[in-house]
Amino acid sequence: MGENGAGKSTLIKVMTGAVRGDAGEILLDGRAVRVDSPGAARAAGIGAVYQEVNLVPTMSVTKNLTLGRQPRRFGLIDWRRARAAARQKLARLDLRIDPERPLGSYSVAIQQLVAIARALEDDARVLVLDEPTASLDANETQRLFGILRDLKKRGLAIVFISHFIDQVYQIADRITVLRNGIRVGVGSIAEIPPLQLVSLMLGHELQEVEQAAADLQAAPTGEPILTATGVGRRRVMEPFDLELRPGEVVGLAGLLGSGRTETAKLAFGALRPDSGEIRIAGRVVLAPSPGRSLRLGVTFCPEDRKSEGIFAELSVRENIGLALQARRGWLRPLSRREQDRLAREMIDKLAIATSDAEKPVGQLSGGNQQKVILARSLVSGPRVLILDEPTRGIDVGAHAEIVTLIRGLCAQGLALLVASSELDELIAVSHRIVVLRDRKKVGEIRGADATRERIIQTIAGA
Amino acid sequence: MSEKYLPLAATIAVFLILFVAGGLLYNNFFSTLVIGDILADNAFVIIAAIGTTFVILSGGIDLSIGSMIGFVGVVMANLDAAGWHPLASAAMMIAFGAGFGALQGFIIDFCEIQPFIITLAGLFLLRGACFMINLDAVPLRHPFVAAFADASLPLPGDGFLASSAIVMLVALAAGIVIAHWTKFGADVYAIGGDRASAALMGVPMRRTIVKIYALGGLYSALGGVVYALYTSSGYPLAGQGAELSAIAAVVLGGTLLTGGVGYVAGTLFGGMILGLIATLINFNGSLNGAWIMISGGLLLFLFIVLQRFLVGSLRARSAT
Amino acid sequence: MNRPAPSPPPTKPALSDRLRAVARHRMVWPALALALILIVDGFVSPGFFAIRIVEGRLFGSLIDILYRAMPTAVVALGMAVVIGTKGIDLSVGSIIAICGAVIAWRIHAGDPHFVILLLALGAGLLCGMWNGLLVAVLEIQPIIATLILMVSGRGIGLMINLIYGGTNPSFTSPLLQGLSVGHIGLVPTRLIVGAGIFLALWLLVRRTAFGLFLEAVGGSPRAARLAGVNARLIQYSAYLVSGLCAAAAGVILTADTHTSDPVSEGLYIELDAILAVVIGGGSLAGGRIYLGGTILGALVIQALTTSILTSGLPPEYNLVVKAVVVIVVLLLQSANARAAVVSVLPGRRK
Repeated sequence: MGENGAGKSTLIKVMTGAVRGDAGEILLDGRAVRVDSPGAARAAGIGAVYQEVNLVPTMSVTKNLTLGRQPRRFGLIDWRRARAAARQKLARLDLRIDPERPLGSYSVAIQQLVAIARALEDDARVLVLDEPTASLDANETQRLFGILRDLKKRGLAIVFISHFIDQVYQIADRITVLRNGIRVGVGSIAEIPPLQLVSLMLGHELQEVEQAAADLQAAPTGEPILTATGVGRRRVMEPFDLELRPGEVVGLAGLLGSGRTETAKLAFGALRPDSGEIRIAGRVVLAPSPGRSLRLGVTFCPEDRKSEGIFAELSVRENIGLALQARRGWLRPLSRREQDRLAREMIDKLAIATSDAEKPVGQLSGGNQQKVILARSLVSGPRVLILDEPTRGIDVGAHAEIVTLIRGLCAQGLALLVASSELDELIAVSHRIVVLRDRKKVGEIRGADATRERIIQTIAGA
Repeated sequence: MSEKYLPLAATIAVFLILFVAGGLLYNNFFSTLVIGDILADNAFVIIAAIGTTFVILSGGIDLSIGSMIGFVGVVMANLDAAGWHPLASAAMMIAFGAGFGALQGFIIDFCEIQPFIITLAGLFLLRGACFMINLDAVPLRHPFVAAFADASLPLPGDGFLASSAIVMLVALAAGIVIAHWTKFGADVYAIGGDRASAALMGVPMRRTIVKIYALGGLYSALGGVVYALYTSSGYPLAGQGAELSAIAAVVLGGTLLTGGVGYVAGTLFGGMILGLIATLINFNGSLNGAWIMISGGLLLFLFIVLQRFLVGSLRARSAT
Repeated sequence: MNRPAPSPPPTKPALSDRLRAVARHRMVWPALALALILIVDGFVSPGFFAIRIVEGRLFGSLIDILYRAMPTAVVALGMAVVIGTKGIDLSVGSIIAICGAVIAWRIHAGDPHFVILLLALGAGLLCGMWNGLLVAVLEIQPIIATLILMVSGRGIGLMINLIYGGTNPSFTSPLLQGLSVGHIGLVPTRLIVGAGIFLALWLLVRRTAFGLFLEAVGGSPRAARLAGVNARLIQYSAYLVSGLCAAAAGVILTADTHTSDPVSEGLYIELDAILAVVIGGGSLAGGRIYLGGTILGALVIQALTTSILTSGLPPEYNLVVKAVVVIVVLLLQSANARAAVVSVLPGRRK
């Protein structure tokens, strides 16, 4: 287990040969094995299933199961034997599906199981599963666990990477906790109770955070500017309620995968809810969309800057001005001087490390890209600011700046919704903290009562 | 019937409907003579289209097909004048086609340039080479050519299978075997279906992509050979626009332009539909080239919309 | 507030660094290519650069290049806009054919010639609306979507010709004559028209936010949507622009031939247009729109053709030379290829 950046993916990639490690060794049955390519891993008996089902949805199940390893006869594929081999693999997992249908016609849960079936070579000893339940619902997860228990009984060793605490305690025998690339804890289920687990994961690192709870003024009252009532989306988020008042900061806390981003996106309209209602400034938003939200003064800074945030080829100046420009429309372009001024102002305010506002954003470091996206939101003069992991990849020094910035904004009357994995920062700025677990809202803590322990307890369900 | 066969079934259905319609409208239409003619006339395009099917299945595209057809014909005609046996020059040109295609595939993968642009340059290069060699048609005089043109297999009824059609059917059979019974074929489908997954599943990317375009070039060259033998000449403008016909045949045959889905056999029917439309219009006599173009576009449009909805429903079925 | 420490005073950048920075600028290569071609021309064909005034008009090989490149350049401008949104428009040649047919038809019907111009542009706009519908609304891949009109468009043109009988109907029209071979002052009219179109597009793309939105949608449609840009509308508009540009080129090309020939008018112009855009620095994967670079690209292509003509080389060499130049420019633009070449040069291995 571990949070983002803890090193889980890297470790898995080294173990399964997708990436070459440069220290240490892998022992199988006490003997060292060399795993420097996916083929070598397979040969050593290590099977891997990555988080995104990395199979080909347009091909049949049989073809997916046998790709690259098709039995041959006279140089041509012997499909009869291939189909038999496929049926055998499916039978191992008690998967009763038609192997000739395209993989994509099955649910993600089934696709996941097919991926596992493929990873289980006849002589596989170890199975590595990277976030296998990320896209599964409760029933499908239980089915998977039944299969895993069965495989366990047959002597297979299983590495189960996850951030869903409940599931880990259901299925695992031992837990290894990673944080910042270091193993910080290992032991049996009995030895590491949930509370300790969460503490290990989130760590006790010291941050320069003031004792903010005392500084925070009382939570603002008054009419909320953004209300979400019963908003949810199947398989994405259970219906939740949310209120944001001007001058208020609401934090979204929870482990990775608990639904922070999804909640933020649903509130912004980037994800279409299939239940519930959203109101902005008292008006019901019938068809939530980013454009509508932006026009009503709600902005959003996404977590995934690479594919949803930056325009890599465009300059810093253009990136910063885009949302404001979109709001003004194409016929009222910002003058170059105005764009430069805004860019300059934001570069200074957020300490964006670039000598030149004309530099393509793709050339900036990740943290600076994040700042550019933040700048874009601020420039359009919003009433509500929704931030998803605003301090991801930003150096420690800048953390405090962002915190100060957020406080300053809420003093100006903005409402903020901040989703973050950094508990300390949430505590420092939030008037209220909404706690999420496993795609559900499980609690709400008032700022005055918010402490690490309280939040961790709520997450862990203790 | 398994839903994956739906586009192919649709293609065959359209072909049959058109054929029956023709039979109802005109005398003498409902005969194997007509079918034989369609196959013979369009054999070269269908052969090239078979190779294109592989390229499109992998998610790419090849615009140099038509120019290759012209180039092969022109070179063969000149070699013929120099005394070469057509089969020898054919073998050489087929090898050249494979090599040229391999080069295109390598550049596409190594330089990470889009297939559209590279094969477009290939189109200009080969067509220009045609013009540099010959400005006019050059006949092929070797006695083998006449023998080839005369050779045919009788069909039940009045019709017969011309040699070009026979070559096409053999090439088709080979293509079907490659697509569905070789590791290479499975890899092609995988790359087209999901490139990133294919790489993670162990498909050798560069090698396979080079092979795909090499195969495409090989089939284009074969199409050029057949065309040259069928028309007994090397004509520098031969094959102009053939790349579009080939792509249309592939798409009409049920293969998705996005890759990963489709059948080589469908390309045969797609090509025959194009030929059938032309024949129908010829039989009418009063209609003209305009209707061929318009109906071609209309059919393409209908098929693509149908494809979109099929793909869309497939995706919606498995969506999270 | 933390500020990044001021960087140490820069040492004079090495020549290789400067060259590398210049090499990265996309418009350098087409400009270089054009210059190179013209220089070679100067050696091969004496008097290439001579410009004379004949019958009150400028004349000369250089003028000839501009003259003949104009239709392709205009089409390429529209193509650049579409490519900027990660799309493509293969139907421009057919749009030209349709416009030509419309022009011939309405001239025979006796419409005032100014109205005919508007009708022709309207036809192009209609075609653009069709393409836009397929790509932006039905979300069909641009290659295939525009292929449909490409395949059927010329047939539509032929149909229009048939409406009032006759194939390849020709006409006389002083207005079109003027556009084709006329001149205003010393400058050929069409160059002024071309400059006007370039200016209009430049204003549209660079003096409104439209260009920014185009590039944003082409760069990352998801990010554009999250930033509040109406990605669908922007994509749709791009195809309208392309249709209009094709129509404008169609007017000129039809005026040149005094006839509507839907089968061969503007044949393969889409390929030249795409090449012009790519040579000019644009990428088929969307991103920056280089209007000036596109013009340079069109000039390069035309310069090649004209050079071969004046040099005495048989015109058959045209296509091959064009292909080679395109391939070289593409390789130069590819980082991988550049790295491979550089690593092979002696003394450069790190």
